[in-house]
Amino acid sequence: MADPVLSIRDLSVEIPTRHGIVRPVDGVSYDIQAGEILGIVGESGAGKSMAGNAVIGLLNPPAHISKGEIWLNGQRIDHLKGDAMRRLRGKEIGMVFQDPLTSLNPLLRIGDQLTETMLTHLPISRAEAEKRAVAALEEVGIPGAAERVNSYPHEFSGGMRQRVVIALALCAEPSLVIADEPTTALDVSVQAQIIALLRRLCRDRGTAVMLITHDMGVIAEATDRVAVMYAGRLAELGPVRDVLTHPQHPYTHGLMASTPLASQGKRRLHQIPGAMPRLDAVPDGCAFNPRCPHATDKCRQAPVPRVSNGQAACWYPLVDEKVI
Amino acid sequence: MALVRVKNLSRVFDVSKPWLNRVIERRSKAFLTAVSEVDFEVEPRSTYALVGESGSGKSTIGKMLVGLLKPSSGTVEIEGIDLASETDAAKIDAIRSDIQMIFQDPYASLNPRWRVRDIIVEPVASRGGRTEGLAEKLLEQVGLSVQDAGKFPHEFSGGQRQRICIARALASEPNLIVCDEPTSALDVSVQAQVLNLMSDLKDDFGLTYVLISHDLTVVRHMADKIGVLYLGRLVEEASPNDLFETPKHPYTQMLLEAAPQMDGFGREVQPPEGEIPDPINPPSGCAFHPRCPIAQDICKRQRPEMRSINGMRVACHLAE
Amino acid sequence: MSDLPIPVKPKSRFRLALESDLFYTFRRSPVAMVSAAVVVVLVLSAIFAPLIAPTNPFNPASLNLMNGFTPPMTPNAFTGDSFLMGTDDQGRDVFSTILYGMRISLFVGVAAVFFAMVLGITLGLISGYVGGWTETIIMRTADVQLTFPSILVAMLIFGIAKGVTPVEYRDQMAIWVLILAIGLSDWVQFARVVRGATLVEKNKEYVQAARLIGRTPGAIMLRHILPNVLSPVLVIATISLALAIIAEATLSFLGVGAPPTQPSLGTLIRIGQGFLFSGEWWILLFPAITLLALALSVNLLGDWLRDALNPRLR
Repeated sequence: MADPVLSIRDLSVEIPTRHGIVRPVDGVSYDIQAGEILGIVGESGAGKSMAGNAVIGLLNPPAHISKGEIWLNGQRIDHLKGDAMRRLRGKEIGMVFQDPLTSLNPLLRIGDQLTETMLTHLPISRAEAEKRAVAALEEVGIPGAAERVNSYPHEFSGGMRQRVVIALALCAEPSLVIADEPTTALDVSVQAQIIALLRRLCRDRGTAVMLITHDMGVIAEATDRVAVMYAGRLAELGPVRDVLTHPQHPYTHGLMASTPLASQGKRRLHQIPGAMPRLDAVPDGCAFNPRCPHATDKCRQAPVPRVSNGQAACWYPLVDEKVI
Repeated sequence: MALVRVKNLSRVFDVSKPWLNRVIERRSKAFLTAVSEVDFEVEPRSTYALVGESGSGKSTIGKMLVGLLKPSSGTVEIEGIDLASETDAAKIDAIRSDIQMIFQDPYASLNPRWRVRDIIVEPVASRGGRTEGLAEKLLEQVGLSVQDAGKFPHEFSGGQRQRICIARALASEPNLIVCDEPTSALDVSVQAQVLNLMSDLKDDFGLTYVLISHDLTVVRHMADKIGVLYLGRLVEEASPNDLFETPKHPYTQMLLEAAPQMDGFGREVQPPEGEIPDPINPPSGCAFHPRCPIAQDICKRQRPEMRSINGMRVACHLAE
Repeated sequence: MSDLPIPVKPKSRFRLALESDLFYTFRRSPVAMVSAAVVVVLVLSAIFAPLIAPTNPFNPASLNLMNGFTPPMTPNAFTGDSFLMGTDDQGRDVFSTILYGMRISLFVGVAAVFFAMVLGITLGLISGYVGGWTETIIMRTADVQLTFPSILVAMLIFGIAKGVTPVEYRDQMAIWVLILAIGLSDWVQFARVVRGATLVEKNKEYVQAARLIGRTPGAIMLRHILPNVLSPVLVIATISLALAIIAEATLSFLGVGAPPTQPSLGTLIRIGQGFLFSGEWWILLFPAITLLALALSVNLLGDWLRDALNPRLR
């Protein structure tokens, strides 16, 4: 197997608060290969966005990386500061956020934003960059790209704006794209377009993608592998089909079973009792133990093993538990 | 007899710029038709779902149902009484306590300065009703504890807040509860808790729900009848099975195809064309015709009437 | 199945206040704590002036003209009396006049801000909630008033009010006219902030829920919206208090405020500046320092409060 584009090793993020230190990301490890889409799924507060922000050095102080390593294309990047990180962000890592308006400068024409980004990171002439800007907009499916390069962000609809953001994220030909809830603000029909676009572009270019979302449907359709997060920790990591159809972690199983499915008719939904613990009150042992139907004393005391691919962070992984 | 009867309901918003701007820029007034000639009925003790994307007018309809907005034309009758035209104050008051609403954002729908007890009993207290022990009883019914009555909303999670909203909605013993995206701000596992609670309460209290949602899986799970809205118009209405198995309207078909599926591993969907048009200048004829794969000339000229086909209602010239 | 609520006793308002973020940031801000201490000391000494002050400067019987112009902490050449901050031309103890003057200054300041606050909140709530022509009239009036310096507005109101009061009541009424003048010149910012906050709150779903059950607009404004727009009002009220105290001092300094029979800090400064160049510096200096300390610490407290209540700056 080739070296991964992104490799995260035992990453922890800490935030000191007046009630003590909280750890929104706690000992997370995963790799993303070239051309692969890794889904990060979890409920709000699971730390999925925080892990993505740590990779691109966008943690808001006082949050900081307290432990672990982040490697991008064989270079360690978790200790990079200021300029070095900024260069890397545009060149090697592209970003797509939930709200496309925040990633676009409202005062600049989108063509200028694309050319500026390319000129900063690629050794090409301005004329070449302008040509490529039009090509990039065409590639993401914006009709009349040659004219629309002169438009301002507010002149686009929500879906078109997200396409521009994707064009911007990909124009410097990064090796990794981090997409944080890229379709959550969009309507179903537009969401399908954006997902299809993201998949096509990454496959064609061999870009690695970290797709952060809470939507299991999006995960199923878009990703190759999935990492399920719970209370800052990885609950389960594996190929998407295995994880979703035969979840090994009781949390993943609960999550899948509580989603209303067409095939199950009107029966009562399965529900996981309780709610995710607040970060300042994560229980000892397995973080899921108070809500877990199978929990034993071991789960309440011993820290669960860290997971690698195809495993669940659970002392008693489920076997042959088919949900879909 | 139907509990809710909506006839030819329309709502137009004036979205013009201020007078001076219009004069200087030489523009005429602009109007947004959020809801256009919608008809439907809701049977007692059933769940009627309104589903649609943003700009489909589903929330506007919800607000007109509960009387927060007045219709521009058409009527909403609840138990035979039209809130907008009724003049008998006693009847209006009686209907008001029969209708309640659950909102989307559990963080904005509870007054942060009030204790939970006061929030829950307000619908009764404001009419001078007896409220002793009422909050505690309702809290237990929605799965919270009696002690929670003395707390403030910020001490609760999103799911717990939505339970408090449900308790408040139940306080005046309503018949009809309009639920506007009740679970879309919640996580999946919490959504399941709230949906189950809603189903239980419906059986226990004989409630009727109008469920407004963009989430097809939730709608399919909860509804007895589904109305699909596009650009303020009702395009199709059917039972969940009919709608999901044999959708008649091309828009419904597109919507179902585009929705991500839990078992759709690596599914290559042909993504739908185009986006929802500007509601200030909607397309002529059938509003869906610019995106419709089977559109014909007549679709551009004439707005299709609602027709009944095999027990489903559909507004399409070509559906059969 | 419930969300596993933990049964705990509901907390009292006092307990909640002690555990609040506001109290926490207060404890972490030396500036806020020092200013608060200064304000508390000054306010308490103003309130208890009759107990603290060595003499009552307004009681002619206690005055001895022989004590005139005694420098601070120095025995008087004729009577041998010594005064902490010296005396003025009439032999009044400057320390006592400051304590009594601060009472007037604080009373006028607090009353004027309270008046401005009630007026501003009412008009702001109504224009924000009702909208339409009501809003246009109220807010345009506010805009017009803002184009004049507030001290000018206060002087104008003061002048008119003085003109219509009979001569024999003028001195009695002066304080109330002062309050009215400063209050009327200051309501605009309350109204603006409350209107803005009301526009945000009235679209929140809890307000819709209240409308839905048929609560009247008055009840919604008072019971639902008002408690949620009060925190910015608190900030403005604090900063306005400092400004009102200074405005009162300015008016009094200009001779249109508190009468010499009831001198405020501003009146004292006006009296004192006449003696500055003849060497009796203490008559001016001590009232001026008091005014400065009072206005500055109230203002710093307001600044801190604004930062503490503004989540964007945290």
